[in-house]
Amino acid sequence: MSAAFEEKIHETLADPKLQLAIYKATGRLVEERRKSIEPDVCPDFQELRTRANAIKRHTIEHLDHYLEEFARQVEAQGGKVIFCKDAEEVSDFVLSLAKERRAELIVKSKSMTTEEIDLNERLEHHHLQSVETDLGEYIIQLAHERPYHIVAPALHKTREQVADLLTDRLGVPRETVIEKQTMIARAVLREKFLAADIGISGANFLVADSGAVVIVENEGNARLTTSAPKIHIAVAGIEKLIPRAQDLAVFLKLLGRSATGQRLTVYTSFLSGPKRQDEIDGPDEFYVVLLDNGRTKVLADRDKRQSLYCIRCGACLNHCPVYRKIGGHSFPWVYSGPIGAILTPQFLGVRHEPGLPFASSLCGACAEVCPVKIDIPRILLELRSEVKKAEARDSAGRLERLAFRIWAWVMRHPRVYEMAGMAAASLAPSESGWVRNAPFHGGPLGAWLSQRDLPPPPVRSFRQMWRER
Amino acid sequence: MSREAVLHKVRTALGRSAGQAIEKPPPVRLPIPEVGIEARIQSFCERIEALAGKTHRAASTADAREYVARVIAGRSAVASNAPILRECGITLLPGVRTGITDRNELRAVCSTAVCGVSGADYALADTGTLVMLSSRQEARLISLLPPVFMALVARERLLTGLDELLSILPHPAEQTSSMVLITGPSRTADIEQILVRGVHGPGEIHVVVV
Repeated sequence: MSAAFEEKIHETLADPKLQLAIYKATGRLVEERRKSIEPDVCPDFQELRTRANAIKRHTIEHLDHYLEEFARQVEAQGGKVIFCKDAEEVSDFVLSLAKERRAELIVKSKSMTTEEIDLNERLEHHHLQSVETDLGEYIIQLAHERPYHIVAPALHKTREQVADLLTDRLGVPRETVIEKQTMIARAVLREKFLAADIGISGANFLVADSGAVVIVENEGNARLTTSAPKIHIAVAGIEKLIPRAQDLAVFLKLLGRSATGQRLTVYTSFLSGPKRQDEIDGPDEFYVVLLDNGRTKVLADRDKRQSLYCIRCGACLNHCPVYRKIGGHSFPWVYSGPIGAILTPQFLGVRHEPGLPFASSLCGACAEVCPVKIDIPRILLELRSEVKKAEARDSAGRLERLAFRIWAWVMRHPRVYEMAGMAAASLAPSESGWVRNAPFHGGPLGAWLSQRDLPPPPVRSFRQMWRER
Repeated sequence: MSREAVLHKVRTALGRSAGQAIEKPPPVRLPIPEVGIEARIQSFCERIEALAGKTHRAASTADAREYVARVIAGRSAVASNAPILRECGITLLPGVRTGITDRNELRAVCSTAVCGVSGADYALADTGTLVMLSSRQEARLISLLPPVFMALVARERLLTGLDELLSILPHPAEQTSSMVLITGPSRTADIEQILVRGVHGPGEIHVVVV
């Protein structure tokens, strides 16, 4: 475990306000989900999960086919599809389009994929303003932070902190009433929507047979982002495909319920191509950016490619006893909780944060609630094994191997073992706490030893007593 | 840019070759329950009210017009070009702007109007959802910019739910660039999980079943 990971965890554990905020928010989401899937409200919930898993498996196993079908359909409707291998290609595309169209302002709706590639920062680096419009995302953009939770990005912020942020960044009088804070944001963002040249959204689903981008939300900001500006760009990972519009009957029922306990979210937009000739409003230009950024690497692993089924509902976070204690910002990348613990090592490599797959009790709650039945605990186990193999190749692992080799040699030589025991007894103090207070406390074994101790060594060893009998 | 490169990596990862045939996808199953029209209307209204939307069952077109007029109450309003609004005489109400076909004009009117009035193409009984297809009759911004939104839906357009909608409309993209499902007023709970309505879209929503 890296020091940064450990430090973040301790910081979160030591903050009672934050602990309460995480506990309450995730607890509420768990409860809402539970109510929405009760058998009298949703009798076929388990069957829907099985079907969702089957559809996702089929799509991922034939992803090239569906990507091509999707691109063909988008283009038939006058839209464009841009395949990008990494973050830089996405920002290059957006920057060059913005330059061609003389665009100055971008409005953005919530998208984990754009968080993954730090799109806002990349655009702002080139003096292109990109404003988040989901209330939670707007707050964390003002705070220069990353989302705390996949569906509740500002879960960790109190109304007092939001009040300070709004006053500090917007120069408005301090306001601690949540309804009024929301209306301040609404007014500021409404102007942005009407002035923006480009709207950038994510996508919850990409429908191959329709060339459509499907977006679910509750606020209406994604609808505004995709309808008000003349250019709409949807940025999505290549894994977001589903074969047919009719498959939405399965996924929409699962997503709202799993995320927030809603039968359907307030808005579900099914967007296919630019505004048609006889339509009154909508964008003139429609682009879909399909991002790889490591996904094909995950795809190549037959056992772990199911990680790409994820529909980003956040249910595994809410049900995870580890997430509920250590929170979202302890995790080393934008994806937190159990899904983050399996995505991060696969995207960034197991060495990025070797402690991550171990930050789990393997209780299995995540797999039990996952709407597409990703076997997260099994993937965590496989990643643990990969971490260990990588460490064995690295120097830290070599040290461990050397220690065990010495141990094995000592155990095979009884005389040496006995002498070592005597030496240890004569060196160790006779009171308890001697391991805990040992001078090597801060070393590589420090964390392990801090919680453990040995009783003081006896004056005579078992072997001595045996001989004297 | 990287189209072929990405597709090639996908194929290599899956061990597939370009243009290789695929297995059949899992079959679609869209079970449509038998629910009478009365029960559908009742469920629809209950669901919307549970989300703090308001509903009105209009006995006649005149009744629908009166209800809408009462909600507008002299405030500024914009109505779409949907035939149902004309049939109910809503386009003739004083202070209601309608017949807009120009995008810029629509945007200007919608960004100042207090009320937006549309016709819904379908409604879903089991979730309390309005289904809006963008067209020359129906603009996107009417249901989005004004803080109060009203939708009129003909009772025969009330479907049982999402399954029935997708069996009637298996390919929405053939008809429109935008199909939107609206389930209750715009809402957020992003600050301390406190529910606030009307964050970006309308916080007040009225549905009239004609």
